[in-house]
Amino acid sequence: MDVLGNYKSVISARSTDKDITKKSQDGGIITTLFAYALEEGIIDGAIVAGPSDEPWKPEPMVVTTKAELLAAAGTRYTISPNLNLIKEATRSYGLDRVGIVGTPCQMQAVRKAQLYPIGMRDVDDKIALALGIFCMENLSYQALEAIVEDHCNQKMESVKKMDIGKGKFTVYTERGAVSQMPLKLIHKYVQPGCNVCLDYVANLADISSGSVGSPDGWSTVFVRSMKGNAVWDGAIAAGCFETKPMDQVKPGLDLVTKLATEKITKNQKNVDARKTVGLKADGTPKGLRNPYESP
Amino acid sequence: MAEKITIGELHLSGCTGCLVTLADNYEGLFKLLDDYADLVYALTLVDVRHVPEMDVCLVEGSCCLNDKISVEELKEARAKSKVLVAYGGCAAYGNITRFCRGGQWNQPAQEAFVPISEVVDVDLYIPSCPPCPQQVRNVAVMAYLLLRGNDEQKNLATAYLTPLMQLAQRGNEACGCDLMYDVINQGLCMGCGTCAGTCPVRAITMEYGKPNVNRDLCIKCGACYAQCPRSWFNFDVMNNYEGIMDAIKGAME
Repeated sequence: MDVLGNYKSVISARSTDKDITKKSQDGGIITTLFAYALEEGIIDGAIVAGPSDEPWKPEPMVVTTKAELLAAAGTRYTISPNLNLIKEATRSYGLDRVGIVGTPCQMQAVRKAQLYPIGMRDVDDKIALALGIFCMENLSYQALEAIVEDHCNQKMESVKKMDIGKGKFTVYTERGAVSQMPLKLIHKYVQPGCNVCLDYVANLADISSGSVGSPDGWSTVFVRSMKGNAVWDGAIAAGCFETKPMDQVKPGLDLVTKLATEKITKNQKNVDARKTVGLKADGTPKGLRNPYESP
Repeated sequence: MAEKITIGELHLSGCTGCLVTLADNYEGLFKLLDDYADLVYALTLVDVRHVPEMDVCLVEGSCCLNDKISVEELKEARAKSKVLVAYGGCAAYGNITRFCRGGQWNQPAQEAFVPISEVVDVDLYIPSCPPCPQQVRNVAVMAYLLLRGNDEQKNLATAYLTPLMQLAQRGNEACGCDLMYDVINQGLCMGCGTCAGTCPVRAITMEYGKPNVNRDLCIKCGACYAQCPRSWFNFDVMNNYEGIMDAIKGAME
């Protein structure tokens, strides 16, 4: 399959909602789509990475209003186990139509839960909108803390925004300071589970989005499924987004393809290398598990 | 419509939750029974005393080695069915019956309860406690396609059922600990939270993005392990999720 997955259309877009773009990471695509879907009754609620007691540590939460959505807007570069709430959302929260946002691996988990609902009772037909975000790799909270506090020399609680782009990890503080570090120094902090991931642009989401490929303040949007297509068309008709054709923006789809290819090639090598990590007593290769081959 | 397949449920040492789960498909169960499968053997649902010949036998519950009839019936079911399914956590992994140590009213001598694969060969696992109605439905539809479908349908059904068959090959132990052994220790966990979300007894919490299993609460049903996207993931099936979901939905309409 193509490194960019199956998709029906790809567009560069930005939210027209100023409340959202003020708080969002880039084009505000995910927040705006959920706000639109909530208003239209496409979803009853959404599972998002909300704020927690610790600064920049996301906590999965179910949101049912735009105000709650706004509180959760923006990217936190650490793990939010959103799938934790997927069954709970249909039970304790009583949602019949659930929206969920996640990284490519989390979209894989969503689709597995739908096709193989082994312990996910009544979930398969209640996923109304699955939104994916581009993801190269993820960090544990402690890793993020080490990067921000040790490398960038900023306190976690004083940080206003974190951003990854142009080969740098950037931290903006409340008082206006800007700290940067080269992205290549971050790789050693990446959680190992990310090194076998073969998806960059959330191939299995209904709609997936990320900043790569589009100008600052804009996002690249892949519309992938029938469901995603219907929601996207509705949101465009409702004037939720301003859009530009993908072939007319810089740096464009080529950069997305390049990064996706790099990630998948590198990680496929990691998957293959796991087959021969050690040696058995007789000298034959002793491999690690390959989750893509068998349990 | 091709000829229906025959399905039975053999009830061993289980709580009947799996059988109830089958019924929890509501109108879906009627659809299955109308078009795809005849239920030829099941506790309370079918008035048949002895294990008949059948295509698919769902076995609920673990096997009590101290109960001669259980062992005999299980072996008989194996001999008389084309596909034997460990249906639910008890049959697959022992589940809560793993903690039996005898002394129970009114069969104090019964203490040895094992997953059915310790007694007979098992073709396919449907773990979790209870398994989900939708999973049973999917397996029933796929079993029908496998046994009665055209070549294309047979291929799809084979691809779909393969991981569940591989689970049966993997062994008869899977609990929260296996997330540690087979996923985290192997450097595969990416903290999606699926295991914690799927656990029926809330034995798993996510601590700083990784699962923490409370072993006192874990009942060894295997749900977390089987549902984890890093325990197994098959691209050929998952990438076609839309088509397959539509096909299953279409089959049930």
